[in-house]
Amino acid sequence: MTALHQDEPETAHADEHDDHGHSHLEPIEARVKALESILVEKGYVEPAAIDALIETYETRVGPRNGARVVARAWEDPEFRAALAADATAAIATMGFVGRQGEHMVAVFNTPEEHHLVVCTLCSCYPWPVLGLPPTWYKSAPYRSRAVMDPRGVLAEFGVVLPETTAIRVWDSTAEVRYLVVPMRPEGTEGLDEERLADLVTRDSMIGTGLARTPGTAAGEGTR
Amino acid sequence: MNGAQDLGGMHGFGPVVREADEPLFHAPWERRAFGVTLAMGATGSWTLDASRHARESLPPAEYLCASYYEIWAKGLERLVVQAGLVGADELAAGRSLRPGARLARVLSAEAVPAALARGGPTEREPAAAPRFAVGDRVRTRVINPAGHTRLPRYARGKTGEIALRHGAHVFPDANAHRGGEAPQHLYTVRFTGPELWGEGADPTLTVSIDAWESYLDAA
Repeated sequence: MTALHQDEPETAHADEHDDHGHSHLEPIEARVKALESILVEKGYVEPAAIDALIETYETRVGPRNGARVVARAWEDPEFRAALAADATAAIATMGFVGRQGEHMVAVFNTPEEHHLVVCTLCSCYPWPVLGLPPTWYKSAPYRSRAVMDPRGVLAEFGVVLPETTAIRVWDSTAEVRYLVVPMRPEGTEGLDEERLADLVTRDSMIGTGLARTPGTAAGEGTR
Repeated sequence: MNGAQDLGGMHGFGPVVREADEPLFHAPWERRAFGVTLAMGATGSWTLDASRHARESLPPAEYLCASYYEIWAKGLERLVVQAGLVGADELAAGRSLRPGARLARVLSAEAVPAALARGGPTEREPAAAPRFAVGDRVRTRVINPAGHTRLPRYARGKTGEIALRHGAHVFPDANAHRGGEAPQHLYTVRFTGPELWGEGADPTLTVSIDAWESYLDAA
């Protein structure tokens, strides 16, 4: 399901008009196909480049990158300090750079402060460390309520924090991208970085989840 | 613009719906909409800010009913027409009716890794010293531009504190409308829950936005 309105059928738009003078609109699938073929015919885009862009995010760039950053921050105090001081540079030392991660800031969860990231105006998200955002992150329910009722949103994710834990919401309105470093779970002493990274879920780096404790099943947002 | 994209603080959309083991794309056409949007962006025919503005310019009812990549596809249609690269008649016909214009750049598959690694940094050399320091109290301006802005409605006319400084960055309100990059100092401004949401707001809540200097007055 991808619609902002989860139950909106594609055919709901069949009778609408737009400013290009269509008297009827093609279903979106045909419309995208036509758009791509026009752009290819005109020599503006190369299908192989489109394939390469898709493949990058389907196979190479995803939340495992961010999980490795977090694991290193848990394990290595010097790296943690570097991440706090200049997250873009610290993350670049691990090879994660580029589009939608040009200006990174890392925020660190503590018992006193819990950080939550949103983009109310569109879908800004740190691609080099988390990949492309899940649908819920781009959806109206999350974008509308994360800034006003973050505890309610967190409860829907199964995260209930003590009332003494302050909530710090970061609305990504510019090109700065935020990475939440979740708290290191208990009982993880002696685990190496790869094992630690297994505990770092995608949602825990957005702030809608916590890191897993060892021995619990991989759940939501681990991809 | 006060469009449907500016969702912060709205009611009525229901709970956040998550999908177990969600795929990156939900249909083949979503893959293509994503890829073709990035590939056209790489031609330099418009700015990232202009592309955001194209998407938020969809009529609110259409924006709110569309899936995410549908918004991207419809935004891209607007961009190619506005840039004079594709005719409205061609979109209607669903095929090219004329030869294409000559573009400065066309992204090849080989160039994709380098283009993604380069990204599009927006920090620029500042033309002047920053007006504000971390800890300063500031008030956001009450503005309602018909064009692109990144100052959300819920944070207009609100008093907060400078939490971070980010140097000078490309100013989207100008750059979306062929106004050039016009870089300005960029700050993270932190507001309390009660300042934004009034009575009954969570007193432990803070919400920050990233705000360009011209959005701010000293408070």
